Amino acid sequence: MKNLVILGAGTSGTMMANHLISKLPKREWNITIVDQFKTHYYQPGFLFLPFDIYTTKQVKKKGEKFIPKGVNYIQKKIELIKPDENKVQLEGDAQLDYDILIVATGTKIAPSEIEGMDGPMWYKNIFDFYTYEGAKALRNKLREWEGGKLVVHITEMPIKCPVAPLEFAFLADSFFKNKSMRDKVDITYVTPLGGAFTKPKATEALHHLLEEKGIKEVTDFNIERVDYENNKIVDYADTEVEYDLLVTVPTNMGDELIERSGMGDDLNYVPTNKATLQTNDYENIFAIGDATNLPASKAGSVAHFEAEILTDNILRYIKGEPLKAEFDGHANCFIETGNGKALLIDFNYTHEPVEGTFPFPGVGPLKLLKESRMNHMGKMAFRWIYWNMLIKGIHIPFVSTNMTTKGKKLEKINN
Amino acid sequence: MKKVLANREIDVNEEGYLVDFKQWDREICECIADECNIVMTEKHWEVIEYIHEKHKNEEPLSIRGIKKSGVINIKEFYNLFPGGPLKKATLIAGIPKPKSCI
Ligand SMILES: Cc1cc2nc3c(=O)[nH]c(=O)nc-3n(C[C@H](O)[C@H](O)[C@H](O)COP(=O)(O)OP(=O)(O)OC[C@H]3O[C@@H](n4cnc5c(N)ncnc54)[C@H](O)[C@@H]3O)c2cc1C
Repeated sequence: MKNLVILGAGTSGTMMANHLISKLPKREWNITIVDQFKTHYYQPGFLFLPFDIYTTKQVKKKGEKFIPKGVNYIQKKIELIKPDENKVQLEGDAQLDYDILIVATGTKIAPSEIEGMDGPMWYKNIFDFYTYEGAKALRNKLREWEGGKLVVHITEMPIKCPVAPLEFAFLADSFFKNKSMRDKVDITYVTPLGGAFTKPKATEALHHLLEEKGIKEVTDFNIERVDYENNKIVDYADTEVEYDLLVTVPTNMGDELIERSGMGDDLNYVPTNKATLQTNDYENIFAIGDATNLPASKAGSVAHFEAEILTDNILRYIKGEPLKAEFDGHANCFIETGNGKALLIDFNYTHEPVEGTFPFPGVGPLKLLKESRMNHMGKMAFRWIYWNMLIKGIHIPFVSTNMTTKGKKLEKINN
Repeated sequence: MKKVLANREIDVNEEGYLVDFKQWDREICECIADECNIVMTEKHWEVIEYIHEKHKNEEPLSIRGIKKSGVINIKEFYNLFPGGPLKKATLIAGIPKPKSCI
């Protein structure tokens, strides 16, 4: 018997287990998946939890429910990958041998990278919403907050779901309007980027929306420290932004496991071939999702597209065939803009988000880069699709793995 | 777009970044620096060298990377290239403006 081991049972790992169980001959292959938590979190829901749009129940389920029968599911912390011995060490003394390894350990926040961030005011008037704990603590804070300066802040790029902080700012605007207290809240969006988003076309559209909603923008802000005693964030150019409530997206980093195993870059991401998903250093180790250093968005939708290609490549690898170099960086993200509307953007390594319709060229029903109620319905439906189709590895109808250019007003990214 | 620097015609994009690194040399570099009100010192050159090295190896530039560069710390980097140091330093180094690829 041969062993295929998947590290991490989040979005990517769970999808891979579901894809592979039906593709690998059971008499030849054991599939094992390992995660430290019993709970599978629906992370996109962390955006809605602080505003009481979703309940805690809607964003977490037992991970076990999504692991297919026939896959060996281990709930333990992973201590070390020993790539030269083809072994993985788990907490306690357990060891796993593998013939093929898939790293899907994701990325997580590292607030201690910035002085003063997770100090005495962490979860008092400084919050993140990228973790279940953070989103829930922030919900409790927002229920009773009486207003003041709200600062929505990104520490450094890359972060997973790079549109989430913008959506947070938009939803905050609606939230306070609905509570009839928008006039008591001053919202500022602070980013290390030169504009609202990473891609120029989308930045224009989003800048316009921020303006329309009376949200101020501070760009090119590279935070040096949080002065939690005086409630302000300070950047390297000594620019200061004051807050009463700071909602920050801390530095995102891969798990320390990757660092301990000597397999990561500066941010503990695994150097991975951006088209085949094989790691650069080990031919029997593949990586997927947020754990990789791919120059693509760290998003569930991206992981979904990657999973289809990775499944093919694992089968090819087993047969000794050349790998398909097909992943194009396809990302497809809804951007909640508040008041029951949303934008949709679709892009890849070489094409910027553009205007047009999705998924049917010229028909839609979803409109790219334009606010609409239909897009919002799409975003809300995503939760159902996530739990019922996406992580189970069921192909989402009409949405192709590689980006389609039909029905879009295209503009190529010039490098 | 064309631009005349050090009595030569240089190809630049609409933001003034060199399009063809082959056209870059120390003289051009000093002209661009001058336009940014920066006088090149030994330390500036060290940073430019570091940036070229990164560029050659196709490693993305970042503020975090500067911290680990061993050449300067971030505060010094801001002092040397005031107001958007990564953008200024790459402009002067004759390489594309760092873009966030996600
Ligand atoms: C607020 C927010 C909003 C988002 N919105 C969207 C959206 O609208 N659309 C979208 O497509 N994506 C969205 N995302 C991103 C999406 O959730 C992630 O990109 C996706 O979950 C990545 O999947 P992954 O499997 O690579 O990582 P994860 O799902 O994070 O899974 C990693 C798993 O590895 C486990 N693990 C790590 N280290 C160890 C260890 N040492 N031992 C044991 N287990 C370990 C973790 O416990 C975890 O379960 C959002 C994310 C956030 C935070």
